Amino acid sequence: MADPTTISAKGLTKRYGDLTAVDHLDLEVQKGEVFGLLGPNGAGKTTTILMLLGLSEPTEGTIRVVGLDPAKKPLDVKRLVGYLPDSVGFYDALTGRQNLRYTARLNGLDKGESEKRIAVLLAEAGLGEAADVPAGTYSRGMLQRLGLADALVKDPQIMILDEPTMAIDPEGVNEILRLIRSLAEERGVTVLLSSHLLNQVQAVCDRVGIFVKGRLIAQGRPDQLVADDGPVTVELGAHGDFATLERVLREVPGVIGVERPNGRSSRLWHLTARPDSVPAIVQNATSSGVDIWHVRRLGTDLADVYHHYFEQESNYGNAR
Amino acid sequence: MATPVETREPSRGWRVVARKELTDHLLSARFMVLLVLLALAALGSVYAAASGIRDVAPQASGRSALFLKLFTISADPIPLSFFVFVGFLAPILGIAFGFDSVNGERAQGTLPRLAAQPIHRDDVVNGKFVAGLSVIALMLTTLVLIVAGVGIVRLGIIPTAAEIARLLIWLIVAVLYVGFWLAFATLCSVILRRASSSALVAIATWLVLALFAALLVQLLAGVLAPAPAGADAQAVLHNAQVEQNLARVSPITLYEEATNALLDPEIRAVGIVTIQQLDRAVVSDLSLGQSVLLVWPQIVGLVALTVVCFAAAYVTFMRQEIRA
Repeated sequence: MADPTTISAKGLTKRYGDLTAVDHLDLEVQKGEVFGLLGPNGAGKTTTILMLLGLSEPTEGTIRVVGLDPAKKPLDVKRLVGYLPDSVGFYDALTGRQNLRYTARLNGLDKGESEKRIAVLLAEAGLGEAADVPAGTYSRGMLQRLGLADALVKDPQIMILDEPTMAIDPEGVNEILRLIRSLAEERGVTVLLSSHLLNQVQAVCDRVGIFVKGRLIAQGRPDQLVADDGPVTVELGAHGDFATLERVLREVPGVIGVERPNGRSSRLWHLTARPDSVPAIVQNATSSGVDIWHVRRLGTDLADVYHHYFEQESNYGNAR
Repeated sequence: MATPVETREPSRGWRVVARKELTDHLLSARFMVLLVLLALAALGSVYAAASGIRDVAPQASGRSALFLKLFTISADPIPLSFFVFVGFLAPILGIAFGFDSVNGERAQGTLPRLAAQPIHRDDVVNGKFVAGLSVIALMLTTLVLIVAGVGIVRLGIIPTAAEIARLLIWLIVAVLYVGFWLAFATLCSVILRRASSSALVAIATWLVLALFAALLVQLLAGVLAPAPAGADAQAVLHNAQVEQNLARVSPITLYEEATNALLDPEIRAVGIVTIQQLDRAVVSDLSLGQSVLLVWPQIVGLVALTVVCFAAAYVTFMRQEIRA
């Protein structure tokens, strides 16, 4: 296949009455990459995913998944795409293995082969021991890992994961993220995942699209999205000679403003600066003789990123 | 294309769904409980009928359908015959296997996963309906066999071929009747998001139809075709006909009329019969074909009601968003 685009959407729109859930979305996911749809709850991520799977019909626009239109050839698309829904559920009375077996049968897979495959997938998901226990007894994290295994039963070319790390403890999150990364690297599967948590998206995604109010307002590598645009805010926690510190900080090239959000006696400093000046800020602050307790770049907070793009968005909206 | 798309025929999705649902039903507690309950009720009624049949036997000697009396007569201490039992409890069966079929998937969060598999969306609801109907057919057949077996052993009456045929046709009608309730419960499970409200609505509908429909129909008939005291025969007859036709909207009436005619070859009419019409009628049994012909409209009516309910469930489900 010459065209490496695996998932493409053009002018994709979904309206429910007056509400526009997805608004002229253009999206391209290349073969073998991990793409993150990043956006707050209610941004239209799940609606987009359902349309990509042919489970919901677009009001306007075109979708191609491996060159196929999911609205016209839903079975062919669903045979190629593994899907992990948000808050995935399983039949409580059936064991993990029986649940996966049902999926294998629904996919019309050969019994002997799928049985082996299921055993391998369960082991990879760390559910080897719990495989024959009713799924009703599983923890949320186990269900999520079972969901990943379930989506892999059909040996998909594409995996679509909706909020794969929601409601999972940090240890479980790392486990899931590791599994997702290995999907792309070891199996060569194209992954599209949605999340509202930036750090997790940063950890696994090759590219990220920021999705707000049904529109994809930016896309690119995670570090680009955060760094490329304008000044960032750096938070410093410091102890020592504040007058010196302030003077030193103001002299760093690229620093635009220095303020102390909690008042003169506070140890917290907020610097507005160009992103490339961050190393110099840290260096100069340390060599000024004050003790630096912590440095945090507030620009990496998802809230800030949203805010940043929201501002652009509303300016853009006004300009129209 | 990067990898060749499988050329294998897509598996018949509804069969996979039906097979899984059937296994679930057969292993479920509700199946066990209902089977035991119905079996007890059936045994009770057949036991009573068997003792009662001795009393009717002298008058009934020479009649062909003595065996079928097992199913249709009631005697102390159990005042309900087998088919009345089935008529009364069958809706429970249909509701029990249908009320949570779709909303149960939603509640467990399995519907999006199921819908994302390479099956058509209607495979889900079709497979579930087929599975429910199979369980019901299985249960009713078992019950009839139990009753027939007990009857043969206790009374020593061997059913004739015609009686067996009547029983089989009745069985089909009974399954259809339960199928109506299954379809109705499925409709409830599609429309109502909570299994408890779906069960409540289905059971309430059944109770209203079973207990108050007669009253309502009487009232309505009184309005549509009034027949006050002292009215002439024509008006009374008209009123009765209107009442009967209104009652036939209910599947319960249809089932009862069909059952009566199928299990009792002496019954020659399901409508209103005037004394004049009975004048000089020769008492004799109807042949099987004639009995079926007599209640053919009832059978068609039952099929129609079932189809309407299922179609409504089907269409609603197809139009719903997968996401809750």
